[in-house]
Amino acid sequence: SSGASNISPLTLRIVAECPVTKARACDLVLPHCTVNTPVFMPVGTQGTLKGITVDQLESLGCQICLGNTYHLGMRPGPELIEKANGLHGFMKWKNNLLTDSGGFQMVSLVELSEVTEEGVKFKSPYDGKEILLSPEKSISIQNSLGSDIMMQLDDVVSSTVTGPRVEEAMHRSIRWLDRCIAANKNPDKQNLFAIIQGGLNAELRKICLEEMTQRDVPGFAIGGLSGGEEKDDFWRMVTLSTDHLPREKPRYLMGVGYAVDLVVCVALGCDMFDCVFPTRTARFGSALVPWGSLQVKQKQYAKDFQPIDPDCQCPTCKRHSRAYLHALFKTDTAAMHHVTVHNIAYQLTLMRSVRQSIVEGRFPEFIRTFMKRMFPSSEQYPGWAVDALASVNITLD
Amino acid sequence: MKLELSRVVQGGCRLGVLKGLGRSGQHSLEVPGCLLYTRCGTVPHLTQDTLHTLTNLPSVTQLTLSTIAEHQEVLEDFKDGFRKFAGLHDTVLYCSLHDPVTPCPAGHITNKTVSVWGSGGRIELTVAKFMALQRTVRPDWYQSMADGETWQSNTSRKRVRKSVDRTLAHLDECLLVHHKTQELQGVAVFGVVEGGDILEERVRSAKETAKRPVAGFCLDGLQTGSMDQALRIQLIAAVTKELPEGKPRLLQGVGRPDEVLACVEAGVDLFESFFPFQVTERGCALCFNFDITPDPERAVLEADEERDTAGETHENGELNLDDQMTSFEINLKDKRYQDDFRPLVEGCGCYCCRNHQRAYLHHLLVTNELLAGVLLMLHNTAHYLAFFGALREALAQDTLDLLKKKVLKEKCGQTKSKE
Repeated sequence: SSGASNISPLTLRIVAECPVTKARACDLVLPHCTVNTPVFMPVGTQGTLKGITVDQLESLGCQICLGNTYHLGMRPGPELIEKANGLHGFMKWKNNLLTDSGGFQMVSLVELSEVTEEGVKFKSPYDGKEILLSPEKSISIQNSLGSDIMMQLDDVVSSTVTGPRVEEAMHRSIRWLDRCIAANKNPDKQNLFAIIQGGLNAELRKICLEEMTQRDVPGFAIGGLSGGEEKDDFWRMVTLSTDHLPREKPRYLMGVGYAVDLVVCVALGCDMFDCVFPTRTARFGSALVPWGSLQVKQKQYAKDFQPIDPDCQCPTCKRHSRAYLHALFKTDTAAMHHVTVHNIAYQLTLMRSVRQSIVEGRFPEFIRTFMKRMFPSSEQYPGWAVDALASVNITLD
Repeated sequence: MKLELSRVVQGGCRLGVLKGLGRSGQHSLEVPGCLLYTRCGTVPHLTQDTLHTLTNLPSVTQLTLSTIAEHQEVLEDFKDGFRKFAGLHDTVLYCSLHDPVTPCPAGHITNKTVSVWGSGGRIELTVAKFMALQRTVRPDWYQSMADGETWQSNTSRKRVRKSVDRTLAHLDECLLVHHKTQELQGVAVFGVVEGGDILEERVRSAKETAKRPVAGFCLDGLQTGSMDQALRIQLIAAVTKELPEGKPRLLQGVGRPDEVLACVEAGVDLFESFFPFQVTERGCALCFNFDITPDPERAVLEADEERDTAGETHENGELNLDDQMTSFEINLKDKRYQDDFRPLVEGCGCYCCRNHQRAYLHHLLVTNELLAGVLLMLHNTAHYLAFFGALREALAQDTLDLLKKKVLKEKCGQTKSKE
């Protein structure tokens, strides 16, 4: 079988498991460095985290971030990036990179895309030419990008869609997974993750889990969620998926990044998360804090001389006040960069705290404290979160 | 502040150090030199972390009332001055009236007021309000209020005379208030020399301003685009003749390397450093050569560079009026940089050149990524500051002519490719 004698490009070491919930703290050893999980992965769509240098990102303790195959495949294209020594060489990022397959953008960004067994056909927004993104093509681009973790091309269907299309997409995703595995030129350097589909249908999910876990892939993503479905359905699919995924392989929940969602889904057994939300919302002046968020552009902060979060150790909070950022937003782009740095720091610090609490055996206590800080009163705890946590033995007061 | 000159060329350039800057008098600034251009206290695109990857930053940070006046109330509530408000630590603050990058709409000046434009619109300033702003901003040094609206072509002689008279009146009033204001003790005031494009008015303004107890002089109304280079030089030379040798001269609104060289020769000591920002905003990178160290190996490498870059930049004077790109820069959006894996400038020690390549910058610009502005601002600032370093070195070594030839490419022109 494959990988018989060489060192695997991925090793998962389980450092601690929460005795109450399904949470784990792990060391995910990847080619560029070890990633401590649970981990939040910032998204650097076009080979850059918007407005932030790689040095700044590294200083914040980021061990892995995302690049988008669709965007980079279009501009500047895989050949150029290969010439530049892969995406790492092109953007000069020393730590790990995860690339998605381009499937999601196909459906969300591109008009008139047509899905067939071959792949996804669409018209290039830049020159109008017809392009086919097949499993082979997606893996080929990702091989050129040289990411440490690559995602299979899946047949993406919105989580609000029901009916036979969901089943068709689930089965096709399995077939496409096999084609992706076959197409991977660098199995000794690049890890290919499968993506569990099946929409909000428990039976379909189970079939998908059953099938995909039979493939020898180093990790699994839970896909097809975080797309506008009811949270009550969302968490049930997450926990169903982690119930049927192997313990000794990482679980990546795609598109999740809100603080409450992260904490709950860690409790449900997920290890890795990504989301554009924290960095995107920063550019609109929304700073993430343990009690929610702060819209720094609002008038009320014009004379607020505290930092965004007095307890935060990020470069922005150590030097600047809400009032200064408020003023700066009227004048210069650097205001966005300050808040982006803070929001990334917030996300990474949150995950670090989560991990530490799991390692020290006090994750349930952490959850309770976190929720108390985030919501003014227990009446305001989101119902789905209460239910989800109850399902893993956590009762919130 | 005290200007210590080590070299003075008869009727022309000076080399020295401006000492005793800042409240504690501990900072100094080499001249000829430039100030660090900021918008509301921030170097455009840069957080303090990215800014401080640059070495040899000027010790003086320029603030403009254009970007600060609208925050007067906030600063008054803050009570602790702009430096603390902006999180600027160890730097000397110089407060100017206008932002050199954004031209002011004309026609709003009166006998008693000038206006600045903030993000919310026009803010009218009397001397009283101007001085109240200085009191709350608490700079280490500022220019007095001035009427410099003489840059339009066909400004009448009468209008020019008014700008001189008003500016002198504003200066006198500013100084009166200054001496009565506790918070401004120890703060330096620069008088502003006006006079449009009329020689007699320029001389009159210089003579009169020099009579006042100011720490130095701003030369206003001479900004790039207001008149042709030859006239500017003539006027500056006439003005500096009337100014005391021991006080610094700051020229506003001029930043192009060729103009800087010419103005230094006419007796200017200080410039604003907004030019790197303008270059950044048009997606370009400064790349003009100012290295005149004699080194045969370098000469060969440079000949190769010349060959490679022939056709990349415009000839001097041949400005692309569409985006005002100069011959001192390359346009990284150009397709030719798509697979150019060299740094922006070989041998440049800035963060951008140490870590990134032209191809990456090209990609960032084509995809409209914010990081392009950050990286270009770092490089352009570093390159510009290094140019000033080379200028000072050339004055010290008496090799200014060589530097001029190199920067203005009089000798090299465009070498033909051997192919």
